[in-house]
Amino acid sequence: MLPYPILSLCLVLMWLLLNGFSLGHLLLGVLVAIFAGWALASLRPDKPKLKKWYLLPKLFGIVFVDVIRSNIAVSWLLLKGKRRKDSSGFLLVPLEIEDPTALAIMAVILTATPGSAWLEYDSGDKTVLIHVLDLIDKETWINTIKQRYEALLMEIFA
Amino acid sequence: MSAIILFTAVSIAQLLLAVAMLIASVRIFVGPRAQDRIISLDTLYINAMLLLVTFGIGTGRTVYFEAALVIGLLGFVATLALAKFLMRGEVIE
Amino acid sequence: MTEQVLDLPLWAAVAVAIFLILGALLTLIGTIGFLRLPTFYERLHAPTLGTSGGVGAILLASIIYFSVGTGRLVIHEILIGLFVSITTPVTFMLLARAALHRDRAERNPDVPAKVHRKPV
Repeated sequence: MLPYPILSLCLVLMWLLLNGFSLGHLLLGVLVAIFAGWALASLRPDKPKLKKWYLLPKLFGIVFVDVIRSNIAVSWLLLKGKRRKDSSGFLLVPLEIEDPTALAIMAVILTATPGSAWLEYDSGDKTVLIHVLDLIDKETWINTIKQRYEALLMEIFA
Repeated sequence: MSAIILFTAVSIAQLLLAVAMLIASVRIFVGPRAQDRIISLDTLYINAMLLLVTFGIGTGRTVYFEAALVIGLLGFVATLALAKFLMRGEVIE
Repeated sequence: MTEQVLDLPLWAAVAVAIFLILGALLTLIGTIGFLRLPTFYERLHAPTLGTSGGVGAILLASIIYFSVGTGRLVIHEILIGLFVSITTPVTFMLLARAALHRDRAERNPDVPAKVHRKPV
């Protein structure tokens, strides 16, 4: 009946947000969500395996705080103007997560926070190339990424 | 009183966003390479979207919200297509 | 443009004003950094300031304005926020990979070479 329950729920919520709440729109939204779920099911067979979905809000909270913090840090860095010549650089981070959804979430988090950008993932080596605007200590950056996001993502996705 | 505050804030925000759009379009001309131009086009799209949201606050109408949504969608698709073209179109030399 | 359809209490007007100007300022700082930073990979970081902080603050201002002004919860701005925060990383990643690809094709020395897979 519902191959992708979270997606269908999100679609119903989106439909109601766009059209305003009423019984008719609720029914129409549910109908659209069910059909969209079926359409997606015929397109993509493998489905993300969420083990501990209740940790997702914690992840969002951490990301929210980090985005605000790096916004302040990066705007300060840009306003200050004079920076050391080679304070930014590339960084090769070894990763342990393999789940495609977890990797995608990790990539979106790293790129969305100002100051770090995800460039290229190598599935053979299991390393990712990122570019960091304020690269003072490579070890600190790698440890931050691994402890702050990767550990949590590994817990969420089985 | 609150009307004056809102009017001033909306005007200032629109001015700042307009300057931001101007700067982004300078980058389109300066370049130096195609990827810089594409990123500044994307920035331009985002800034235009934000400008529309501030228009919505200035006039108190929700019509601008839908326009902003459409601009966001178009900007995403346009940038994606250009980036894809950059990756596969021009590199073979 | 001066027509003020919705009437807001003072605290809401001040909150809307603060978030509006904060968001616009963050976006402007982002584009200024975009103009000033020297290399492409550094410039890649600057616009994310506008797409994360700028979009968030301005949409929050819009939510407060319409929710308080109309007396009911108007949160459809969240859709734009979600959409932007999911799509901009995708475009930036694709652009960064395209730039890497082009720089490597030209053998630019500032860019790290492709990681070679270890022999198994």
